[in-house]
Amino acid sequence: MPSAPLDGPEVHVDSGVSSSSSTPLLQLRAITKSFGAVQALKYVDLEVPAGKVTALIGDNGAGKSTLIKAIAGIYTQSSGDILWNGEVVHIHSPRDAEHLGIATVYQDLALCDNLDVVQNMFLGHEETRYRTLDEIKMELATKKVLAELSVTTVKSVRQKVASLSGGQRQSIAVAKAVMRDSKLVILDEPTAALGVSQTAQVLQLIKTLASRGIAVLLISHNLIDVFAVADRIAVMYLGTLVSSGPASDYDTASAVDLITTGGLVRSGSTAPSS
Amino acid sequence: MSASPVTPDPQIKQPHDGPWQDVWSQVKGLRRGDSGMLPIVIGIVVLVAYFQIRNSLFLSAGNLVNLFVQATTYVLLGMAEIWLLLLGDIDLSVGYVSVLGGASAVILTDTQFHWPWYLAILMAVLVTTAIGALHGALTILLRVPSFIVTLAGLLAWEGVLIYVVDAQGTGGTIAVHEKVLYDLVNTNASPLVTWLFFAVCVAGAALVILSRDRGRRASGLLVQPFVITMIKIIAMAVAALALILIFNTNRGVFFAGQRTNLEGMPWAIPVDVIMLAGGTFFLSRTKAGRYLYAIGGNVEAARRAGVSVNRYRLMAFMLTGFTSGIAGLLYISRQGGVSDNVDSTLVLYAVAAAVIGGTSLFGGRGKIIHALIGGLIVAIIYNGMGLLSITASAEYIAIAVVLLAAVAVDSLARRGSEVSG
Repeated sequence: MPSAPLDGPEVHVDSGVSSSSSTPLLQLRAITKSFGAVQALKYVDLEVPAGKVTALIGDNGAGKSTLIKAIAGIYTQSSGDILWNGEVVHIHSPRDAEHLGIATVYQDLALCDNLDVVQNMFLGHEETRYRTLDEIKMELATKKVLAELSVTTVKSVRQKVASLSGGQRQSIAVAKAVMRDSKLVILDEPTAALGVSQTAQVLQLIKTLASRGIAVLLISHNLIDVFAVADRIAVMYLGTLVSSGPASDYDTASAVDLITTGGLVRSGSTAPSS
Repeated sequence: MSASPVTPDPQIKQPHDGPWQDVWSQVKGLRRGDSGMLPIVIGIVVLVAYFQIRNSLFLSAGNLVNLFVQATTYVLLGMAEIWLLLLGDIDLSVGYVSVLGGASAVILTDTQFHWPWYLAILMAVLVTTAIGALHGALTILLRVPSFIVTLAGLLAWEGVLIYVVDAQGTGGTIAVHEKVLYDLVNTNASPLVTWLFFAVCVAGAALVILSRDRGRRASGLLVQPFVITMIKIIAMAVAALALILIFNTNRGVFFAGQRTNLEGMPWAIPVDVIMLAGGTFFLSRTKAGRYLYAIGGNVEAARRAGVSVNRYRLMAFMLTGFTSGIAGLLYISRQGGVSDNVDSTLVLYAVAAAVIGGTSLFGGRGKIIHALIGGLIVAIIYNGMGLLSITASAEYIAIAVVLLAAVAVDSLARRGSEVSG
C-alpha cells in the first residue's frame, strides 16, 4: 500500500476522542467531493477509533453515502486526506479498501439467495485444497465466526440464504465482513428493514463487533438505534460535518436539531450541546 | 480431535436440529424447487407405466437401449444449455452449432482430407468451443442479451452448415466413413466391459460419498445418517445392476433361423456418464463452478465479492460450445452422417431437457444431472409415442405440455422462494 508517514495526529485533534493519546484507526482530513458543479462533501473531518461504534447521522442528501463510498473506494475524494493508523493512504478501488481491512455492508447486503450461508461467507475468497473447494474448512470457519459473534439464530450454515430472515441475513453479511479480518466495518442502514427483535439482534451484533476491537461506522436514520449502540456520534448536514463527539454529549433533541438545521440556530457552533 | 477446533457450537444446541434436519429441509426444499427430483421421478414412472401398458415392447431390452441412445442427443444438448441457463442466459443455437461440429468431423475424416479420427474430433470440439466464445464475446462486448446473439447464431450457423455440407458436392448429405466416428453410437462395448464400467462408476461414486461423510464426521460437522448414505449407495448399485442386465441382454434379432449377436452397452453411454461426472465435479467442487451459481443468483453480489463476471460468462459460453460439440459427434454418429436438412427442433429439446429436469430458466439454480433426467423424459415420450404409432403432431404437443408443466413448476418455486425469503 502506498503510504507516507505523517508528522503525527496532533495536527488535528478531535476534542471528542477520550483517549487522545492513541491514533484513531481512521482519520478523514478536509475531505471534499465534487460531482461537476455539485459539491457533495465540504471539508469533512472525521475520526473513527478502533473498538468504538461511531454513528454517522444526517438527513437524506447530507452526504453520508458519498462519504462512506469515498472510504470504501467506490469514489475517490476530490481533495483531502484519508489517514489509516495515522498514515495517509490512497483508496482508489474497493479492493484497496479491502486490503486495508475496510469492509462495507451495504443496505442491499449483496448476498446470493441461491447459495447457502457458508458459500456466501466465502464468496470470492473460497478455501481450496488440491484446487478443489475445501467445504469442511469453510464450514468450520463459518460456524466459528458465527459462534464468536453469538449469532445463534441461524440453525444450519448449510441452508440457503433465501430461507433466512432479514435479521439473519444482516448477521451473515456482517459476519462475512468480520471473517475477512476487517478492522473497520461500515454498516449502511443495517436495521432499516428489520422488525423489533431482529433489530435488537443486529444491534447486539454491532456491540459485539466493537468489543472485539473493530471500528464500526454506522449509518442510520434511526436515532433510537443510534443512541442504543453508538459510542460516538457525527452529524452531517448538506455535505458538511457539523458536529461530532461522544454519544453522551447528545440527546435526541439536539441530534434532531443538528440533523435538520445543521445547528445554525446555535450560531454555527460545532460544539455539541448537552 | 473433533472438539478442539470449534468453540461452543450454537448449532448443536438447537433442540430440533440433528441429522434428520437434512431430510426435513429436503422435504421443505421440494416446495421451493431446490430438490425437485421427486415429482420428476414420479413423472418418469407414470410415463413408463403408461407406455408399457399400451405396448409391452416398451420395456424390452432392445427398446430400452434404443431409448437410451435416442436420449443421448437430448441429454448432451441439455447439458450444453445448462451452463448458460445457470447464468440466466440462454443459447438458442446449440442445435446447429453441435451439428456443425459433427459435420466438421465428418468432412475432415472424409476421403478428401483423411484426417485421423482423434484430430477430427478435436477439431470439431474446437470449432464449437470457438463459436461459443464468439457468442460470449458478442454478448459481453455489445451488451446484447444472449437470447438475441444466439438467435442470430441460430440463423447464421444453419446457413454455414448448409453451405459447408453442400460444398462437398455429395448432394446435400455426407456419410460417416470413419470407423471410430461411426462406432461411437452404433457399436457396443462387450458385456465384460459393460460390467467393469458400471462397477467402477458405482465404486467411485460410493467412495466419493463415503470419504466426504468421513471427512465431515472427523471435523465434527453434521453428517446425514449412515443408513441414508447406505440406502443411496445401494440404490445406485441396484440401478447400475438393472442397466447392466438391460445392456447385456442379447438384443439380436432372429434372421434366417439364427440369432444375431447384439449385446453390451453402446459407447454413447460412457460418454454421457463422463460428461455428467465431469460437469458435476466442475460445478460443485471448483471455484469457477461456484461463481457460475453466484453470478446467476446475484450478479452484483458476485461482482462485489471480486468475481470477474465477464470472464466467467465467457467461460460458460465456451463450455456450452464444448458440450454441444460432443453432442454433435454423437448425433452424426447416430445419423450415420450429416445432411443439410437438420431437425430444427433440436435446440428446443435441449432447453426442454434442461428445464424439465429441474434447471431454472431464471438463473442460479440447476445441476448437470437435470439434463440427464430431462433428456430421458423427452426420449421416453418420443420413443413411447413412436411405439404407439402416434403421429408427430401429437408427440410435439405432448412434449410441449410436459415442458410447460416443468416451467410452471420452476416459476411457482421461484415465487415460493421469494415469499419465504
